[in-house]
Amino acid sequence: MNRYPLWKYLAIFLCVALGVFYALPNLYPDDPAIQVSSVSSSVEMNDGHLKQAVAALEESGVSIKDAEISERGNVLIRLNSNEDQLPGKAAISKKLGHDYVVALNLAPTTPDWLSSMGASPMKLGLDLSGGVHFLLQVDSMKAVETRMDIYAGEMRTALRKERLRYRTVPNPSPTSRELAFSDAEAQSKARSVLAKEFPDLTVDTRESNGRFLVTVRMTEQQVRDLEDYAIKQNLTTVRNRVNELGVAEPLVQRQGRNHIVVELPGVQDTAEAKRILGKTANLEFRLAAGYDAAPGTYETFEFRSQEGRTANLERDIILTGDQVANARSNVDAQTGSPEVNITLDSRGGELMTRATRTNVGRGMSVLFIEQRFIGNRTETKMVDGELVETLVPMYREDKRIISLATIQAVLGSSFRITGLDSRAESSELALLLRAGSLAAPMHFVEERTVGPSLGKENIRMGVQSTLIGLAAIMLFMVVVYRVFGLLANISLILNLTLLMSIMSMLGATLTMPGIAGIVLTLGMAVDANVLIFSRIREEIKNGMSPQRAISEGFDRAFVSIFDGNITTLIVGVVLYAIGTGPVKGFAVTLSLGILTSMFSAILINRALVNMVYGGRQLKKLSI
Amino acid sequence: MSNDDSRLEADSQETSSQENGSGKKMFGHTRVINFMKYRTLATVFSVVLLLGSIGSLFVNGINFGLDFTGGTLVELSYEEAASVPEIRNQLEQLGHTDAVAQEFGSASDVLIRIPGAEADVNLGSRVAKQLDDLYDGDITVKRVEFVGPQVGEQLRDQGGLGMMLALALVMLYIAFRFQYKFSIGAVVALAHDAIVVLGLFSLLGLQFDLTVLAAILAVIGYSLNDTIIVYDRVRENFRKVRRGTPEDIINISLSQTLGRTLATSGTTMMVLFSLFFLGGETIHGFSTALLVGVGIGTYSSIYIASNMLLYLNVTREDLIPPPKEEDADEMP
Repeated sequence: MNRYPLWKYLAIFLCVALGVFYALPNLYPDDPAIQVSSVSSSVEMNDGHLKQAVAALEESGVSIKDAEISERGNVLIRLNSNEDQLPGKAAISKKLGHDYVVALNLAPTTPDWLSSMGASPMKLGLDLSGGVHFLLQVDSMKAVETRMDIYAGEMRTALRKERLRYRTVPNPSPTSRELAFSDAEAQSKARSVLAKEFPDLTVDTRESNGRFLVTVRMTEQQVRDLEDYAIKQNLTTVRNRVNELGVAEPLVQRQGRNHIVVELPGVQDTAEAKRILGKTANLEFRLAAGYDAAPGTYETFEFRSQEGRTANLERDIILTGDQVANARSNVDAQTGSPEVNITLDSRGGELMTRATRTNVGRGMSVLFIEQRFIGNRTETKMVDGELVETLVPMYREDKRIISLATIQAVLGSSFRITGLDSRAESSELALLLRAGSLAAPMHFVEERTVGPSLGKENIRMGVQSTLIGLAAIMLFMVVVYRVFGLLANISLILNLTLLMSIMSMLGATLTMPGIAGIVLTLGMAVDANVLIFSRIREEIKNGMSPQRAISEGFDRAFVSIFDGNITTLIVGVVLYAIGTGPVKGFAVTLSLGILTSMFSAILINRALVNMVYGGRQLKKLSI
Repeated sequence: MSNDDSRLEADSQETSSQENGSGKKMFGHTRVINFMKYRTLATVFSVVLLLGSIGSLFVNGINFGLDFTGGTLVELSYEEAASVPEIRNQLEQLGHTDAVAQEFGSASDVLIRIPGAEADVNLGSRVAKQLDDLYDGDITVKRVEFVGPQVGEQLRDQGGLGMMLALALVMLYIAFRFQYKFSIGAVVALAHDAIVVLGLFSLLGLQFDLTVLAAILAVIGYSLNDTIIVYDRVRENFRKVRRGTPEDIINISLSQTLGRTLATSGTTMMVLFSLFFLGGETIHGFSTALLVGVGIGTYSSIYIASNMLLYLNVTREDLIPPPKEEDADEMP
């Protein structure tokens, strides 16, 4: 009785062995490192770069552990201390200049024989590794407003072609426009023109106070799609900006309806990160207004770099910055003068062709729009019959011209701006064009910076309290359940190993609340063992033979263990699904811990008990 | 440990068999403790506890942390022991009259909270720099947190929603595996635990942040586990024991599981104490909430969850046994 077939022992052994193997990389902590790569992907880093970087570090007195060209073709220099990272980075950037990205990094030290099998250590959360966490809120309604503005421009052109005169009725809704016509005939004609030209929009007519109104409205689906598009576009831009920072293993993710999370692990220059990520800019391409332009059809803007200089631009927007796929500063191979090469996406290319076809020789300008924080406004709201005051941040839109150039030919999706004064000007313009490819403005709504020393402290405390808790439990188990307690302790340690290996394999992130979750599952993993053992004791007292008591104890306790763990698992999964940050970290370890502890208490434990006691004549159990 | 209670032997057989009147061997070796004798007392105790907690929640409210209110938090490590009153003065001079500074973990570490969700992401680093300028030695910035007002609001909604959803799913599962009376009992028990922990945090004015929310959700999971283990025995005994009132059966079940209940709470508490004393300041709230929660959860699985079954008039018919189980009963 109580014997497993060989295959079952082997299967359990295999699981445990795999677990141990994939948990092993956690024994090798990451090295603080500096990574150097080239701005342009065509330049490979070579030994020359490596020597220069090492020399820069040696000059500034930073001690180096190891330096190499990594597989991805970057220079990777491992340091002995993470306090040396920031000064080291500064020294290298100074020496190599701006054509290279110098980034702080955490380099894994997993030996090759482990990493070749796909084993890697658990990812550490920011609270353990140190780093910065940002949450950006995207004002996606702004993208909808801008699109409506573009539609308004196109409607104006369409109606003008039909010689229909109208006035725009002031209207607070950003998703619709109301046009007033003088008679019913114009109204119905305008309606058919607009319905034909803009099949995406709903067109309604009504009459009020002797005015004949046509209302053009975006559908709710369209608004949602636009908002969705805005978030996705911003996500891409934020990813590009993070790449510009050169941080290794950053996390850029959408969270909820209109938030973007950015996590930069390791030591970081937060001010720099915020400056680059937080450029909440957008672009508009517009035609310069002619000298004979009617008042009301143009606006006047200042230049960004030359104070006082202004230019008149048409109200109509040709396209916006989110349609700029790329912008690079370059030098013309023949003339040697600086220029900026711009690539638009396909829709942007079409719009550009349509706008420039009839306007060669005219000026086209790029407007740079920045959102500036100007203070808070107090807003009073009725909540549950009480007046509640909340502070609402206010932003001002600042629109300035960054480029005004003459259209030389019909442009497509790829064109260039030439005639710039200096290399500095062209790289500045390219940078602004890239930075402006946001589809909607966004703002920081959360920042968490954890210094590396606090991270180390947290790890130390977490590990210490886990080990001491574990020791206390193990002592208790041996005292109370003797040999069975000893077996339970073995399965408890294997449980911990399995949990670590699953977290490593899934790439789950370990955080401080996560450690707390592990500690808690340890406490609860014991529960399953206690349930089984007290049941075995009970059955022995009730007169069962030892072998039978073992088998009954495991079987009967299983129902309780199963029900108890499944309910807790439900809580864990709900936490994971709706939680963010610390709550999520806790939920991951709790849920995985429940699964591994069920496996270890029911299967590993049983296998161990079977190996010790199975198939023998027993008079007494050491329990 | 008190675990020895479950090993009481010899004369107990007579007591229990007398009480049961059935003479079944199955309960002979476990002395049945009459837990339910004190059920009225326990009910009064719990009602007082709940009223006290709810009262405190109304009067004192919850001291929501930065995670929920929005604001800025800076943790600084001074070279030498920092003078908190001086830092308060400095903060006031800098115009942050509503800033709170306190020692955090050690004498040289200071935690500064600036409430009022000024939507300025740079405030934390600015304050850290200004304080550094005013201080002769070096200040290391250990952490800077900024949470915008809308985020806090969302988190609060999310947390509440999470609890509701978890409760609903758990009720459904228990109703499916047991019976709806058990669902009600379990949910009342875990609501009891969550409210008492919240009440304690409100009464002592302890900071309620995201980790504490996680702890309360963990308490719910733990308390539930405890309750389910007892219920499992109740279900088993209702099917097995032919005679005896529901009260007897619940007493038998509680007595049988007592050893396990104490052993598990004991070991979990051991780990939690180690977290409480060694886990560091950041998760102090977390371990406090769990310690209280596990304690109260153990109590509630006995006196709330089981007690509720009696108030709801649970009967044998509520748990109609599948025929297979009856055959098993007859085996020695």
